[in-house]
Amino acid sequence: MAQKITIEPVTRVEGHGKVTIHLDDQNNVTQTRLHIVEFRGFERFVQGRPYWEAPVLVQRLCGICPVSHHLAAAKALDVIVGAGTGDGLTPTGEKMRRLMHYGQIFQSHALHFFHLVSPDLLFGIDGDPAIRNVIGVALMHKDLAVQGVMMRKFGQEIIRATAGKKIHGTGAIPGGINKHLYAEDKELFLNGPDPLNIDHMISWAQAALDFFKDYYKANKEFIDNFAQFPSNHLSIVRKDGALDLYHGVLRAVDSEGNRILNDVDYQNYNDYIEEEVKSWSYMKFPYLKHLGKEKGWYRVGPLARMNTCDFIPSPLAQKEFEDFKAMTNGKPNNMCMHYHYARLIEVLHAAEMMKELLNDPDLMKGELIRKGNKLDQGVGVIEAPRGTLFHHYKINEDDQITMANLIVSTTNNNIPMNESVNRVAKSWMNGQTEITEPMMNAVEVSIRAYDPCLSCATHALGKMPLEISLYDASNKLIDKKRT
Amino acid sequence: MNDKIKIVIDGKEYWTEHGKTILDAAKDNGVFIPSLCHVEGVKTAGSCRICNVKVNGRNMTACSTPVAEGMTIVNNHPELEELRKAIVEVMFVAGNHFCPACEKSGNCELQALGYRFLMLVPRFPYEFPDKGVNAESKYIYHDRNRCILCKRCVRTVMKDDKHVFALNSRGGEHIHIKIDTELASHLTEEEAQAAMDICPVGAILKKERGYYNPIGERKFDKQPIGSEIENK
Repeated sequence: MAQKITIEPVTRVEGHGKVTIHLDDQNNVTQTRLHIVEFRGFERFVQGRPYWEAPVLVQRLCGICPVSHHLAAAKALDVIVGAGTGDGLTPTGEKMRRLMHYGQIFQSHALHFFHLVSPDLLFGIDGDPAIRNVIGVALMHKDLAVQGVMMRKFGQEIIRATAGKKIHGTGAIPGGINKHLYAEDKELFLNGPDPLNIDHMISWAQAALDFFKDYYKANKEFIDNFAQFPSNHLSIVRKDGALDLYHGVLRAVDSEGNRILNDVDYQNYNDYIEEEVKSWSYMKFPYLKHLGKEKGWYRVGPLARMNTCDFIPSPLAQKEFEDFKAMTNGKPNNMCMHYHYARLIEVLHAAEMMKELLNDPDLMKGELIRKGNKLDQGVGVIEAPRGTLFHHYKINEDDQITMANLIVSTTNNNIPMNESVNRVAKSWMNGQTEITEPMMNAVEVSIRAYDPCLSCATHALGKMPLEISLYDASNKLIDKKRT
Repeated sequence: MNDKIKIVIDGKEYWTEHGKTILDAAKDNGVFIPSLCHVEGVKTAGSCRICNVKVNGRNMTACSTPVAEGMTIVNNHPELEELRKAIVEVMFVAGNHFCPACEKSGNCELQALGYRFLMLVPRFPYEFPDKGVNAESKYIYHDRNRCILCKRCVRTVMKDDKHVFALNSRGGEHIHIKIDTELASHLTEEEAQAAMDICPVGAILKKERGYYNPIGERKFDKQPIGSEIENK
């Protein structure tokens, strides 16, 4: 009998979504879909508000990486207030924002790896669901759990020192930043008691990488082959090709490494990227216009960034990057589970960049804001932890926002996540007589690799239930299980 | 003539002078009576009612009631605190006060009183009004949905001896403060900033200068409302 399996909600990801899998009479997968079931509406209700409110208002989309929205909006408004397209800020303005951003990358990646992903690695995809969670990690691998908490705390403290608050601060304003770094904060970050100082964070970032590499050695086949498929990759890179998470030009490569978007100015992103709407999801489906819907979709995030950039401008991360690239002979890496590897290289890079910035005197003094001739629209793009994030605003002559368009990182990964779900469902479920919990967790593992923020929103504390519904061919519910 | 008179607030005797209001007399003596519509040195409006105190057993507004010899005033009392809290809650639900994104947050007197009265969530249903915004003048963004009708702006913001703000549509659900956009466009940047500062909430915003005060440096980040009087 044909069945429809629903995994709702998808667990250990940010936000709420569900997966539906349709099986035919022989239990072969006929259709899979990752549905995003929340509707946000920020693009609409920001209309009419004064433009300088956008960085503070729009960041409320998310409680995990609000800094991304805060900075992407501020960068778009820099253009509007005539402060240039990303390179016109004062040294203090740009460096304070960069420090805020690296702090966020550090804390968000640490949260994801230690608390959302490590249960799958430590206990296995088929591990007991009762312990395959953050509580299980805390009970049985206390050091790792504490390390995750403290790394996140350090990143959050960096955000507090630059944005005013750990979550939803007000630091970035159109044309710059509203404060300098206080001397006592700088001292604390550089020379605070262990483990909360930057040198300790760098050593922990290296240890996390070593932990993953050891796991990789022992589980190479799984890490290399799980949900592996060729795709395009997109991110911003610095003009000289370096990894740059704060500012750069848009670059995309195909699965073989050929440039399909060659370092273009993101102010014209509309010329290159189009979004398709489908009736079954609140999330849009972006693709590169010139390649079309079928061939133009791409991945974003840590893996994509390792594939687009030429090098990493910090020595320890660069060394790791070289090893990472050597695995695929310099070609793009299309292995889904290598997202985790790439993410940890970025954790190390973020820690190194924070150290460099904390020692920079520009953060303690200097002009905060720069403005010029006002324009009526601007685009801000940033590499959020989860990938490329676009903010586009238009204003009227009374300084009110008339149009806002946001392409959120997870939206960019919509098609790849659906592709991953489809591949895993087929390889794990096709022809099986019984659909087991590990099979469904495998589907979730493939989604988790992207670190999606499904609604780009905060989620409830506690365990989210996994609900499985079985439908017959006439869509009648025949069984329901809840863990 | 000796103008000194004695009053009693919450059982304690204080000296003050004839002609003062209860609010000012209390302030002089380090007693904080909360208010949102009162502006020192400006004609009293008595519109917010938050400064309600009990005078000889009757509820009176402290900002508009002059002191008298031997007056017995109750200020710090659970019943009055509850009444004031309820008024603050009504003001929150009657407007669109979204503190998380409001640039007046940290400098907002309504928010500060919400904290003082330990308001967690309003007990009344939200009205979500749609009274509109006016962004047409050069330096001022006027959001009527945040207005608490204290009329501070009506009484104080002037240009060329004319009122920039006025109460419109008295009575009914459409009551709101209207801005004379042409007159407001002649305000200097400093005058526009002063208009924003006189507003106890985020209804009057100075254009293009949002969030310049970092968190931690805002007025009520440093000390809670009333402490400047109570800790004097």
